[in-house]
Amino acid sequence: MKKMPEINESINWKDITPGGTVYEAAYSLKFKTGDWRSIKPVFKEEKCKQCLLCAPVCPDCSIPVVDGKRLDFNYDYCKGCGICAKACPFDAIEIVKDEK
Amino acid sequence: MAIRDRLSGNEAVAIAMRQINPDVFPAFPITPSTEIPQFFSQYVADGKVDTEFITVESEHSAMSACIGAQSAGARSMTATSSAGFAYMWEVLYVAASCRLPITLACVNRALTGPININCDHSDSMGARDAGWIQIYSESNQEAYDNFIQAVRIGEHADVQLPVMVCQDGFITSHAVENIELIEDDKVKAFVGEYEPEEYLLNAAQPIAVGPYDSSAYYIEHKRNQAEGMIKAKDVILKIAKEFKEMTGREYGLFEEYRLDDAELAIVVINSTAGTAKAAIDSLRNNGIKAGLLKIRVFRPFPAAEIAKALSGKKAVAVMDRCEGFSAVGGPLFAEIRSALYDASDRPLAVNFIYGLGGRDVTTSDIEKVYGDLAEIAASGKAGETYRYLGVRE
Repeated sequence: MKKMPEINESINWKDITPGGTVYEAAYSLKFKTGDWRSIKPVFKEEKCKQCLLCAPVCPDCSIPVVDGKRLDFNYDYCKGCGICAKACPFDAIEIVKDEK
Repeated sequence: MAIRDRLSGNEAVAIAMRQINPDVFPAFPITPSTEIPQFFSQYVADGKVDTEFITVESEHSAMSACIGAQSAGARSMTATSSAGFAYMWEVLYVAASCRLPITLACVNRALTGPININCDHSDSMGARDAGWIQIYSESNQEAYDNFIQAVRIGEHADVQLPVMVCQDGFITSHAVENIELIEDDKVKAFVGEYEPEEYLLNAAQPIAVGPYDSSAYYIEHKRNQAEGMIKAKDVILKIAKEFKEMTGREYGLFEEYRLDDAELAIVVINSTAGTAKAAIDSLRNNGIKAGLLKIRVFRPFPAAEIAKALSGKKAVAVMDRCEGFSAVGGPLFAEIRSALYDASDRPLAVNFIYGLGGRDVTTSDIEKVYGDLAEIAASGKAGETYRYLGVRE
């Protein structure tokens, strides 16, 4: 059975898996794909009514909901698409430039 | 004992496929390769193979189904030509980058524009950078032998790449010639079972195939893929050696015909090599030192070996049955001349574009090429390097 090497930006061409095949289940958890982002949503908790219209429209899973309440954004995976801000009726999500 | 028969190139390849008994065979018909899936579907109907034969709606789907099947762990193969081959283009690259050893019988036919159903090499030459191993065949016998070896070459752990075996449309695909077939059980033993280290249907190790690659990883994957092609050369020779032990028939990266002491040489691919050999025999009887280098393996390209074989010749004509529209010659010429840059004693080299769209090539056409080479050798000047053979001026 092939062992999945640790894939990060220091891996060389000899150790990388042929064709990019992933030899492990749930390996996507190890990749933070939020680095594409140029803008980001900011959660304004004081304006939020917890209507939860934002969480289901997120194309990723970047709005964690725990015990019926949304929490702050998970920026590891948020691509800054802005759909959540459009869905929010209470201006509780503001889109700002993502300064890295 | 080997089995003597007389077969067309298409039927010979179909028999090789029956003997290999692949798991999956998706196909869409196109002239002149149609007979291959046609013969094969008869084997399926007659229960002579255990193959899942998929009648797909296009060649793009044929190759996509091969990719899916091979990823799942199934040995898969298909056949195509010309426009159908061009319709596979996008997914040819996917097969190679996913390192899937699919085998493809390519029956060479001109690409449309103007529409034409006859032989030239523009289809497979156009895919020369797709990452597939390319093996060319002069005769029905070579098409058969090459196809059996192709399975082993592609599946080798050092290679893991798809392989296309090419032959000339109609000229060898439909012409019936004598052939020596190998017994079914020997072919079966030679190719063995397809045993990939990891595959989608292996429940013990879930894998993902063909994921998105960002700029942080893509070039490493391409370099990794290139290594398979670099290593393929030795594997091709190793498999050829085993094949010779079984059949007595010898294969290399290319064939040299009366080349050793030749002063004038031509480089050619596929069936025209047979015509050229007849022309060479006749020229040799008249004291002209003519020779031939016939390309068998075009990908990987055996540049160093070709440079060595052509070093010291006075003049070389590279024959392209394909336009490249570079305005300076065809694709084979570009590669051969590039290889000759490293030759210790470089010959003068010219290019001939010939036989496009199925134009016949006769021994007198080939003798004319040697006539031009003799003039080049005598004058010491190549003159115009980008030439056409047999075009009406």
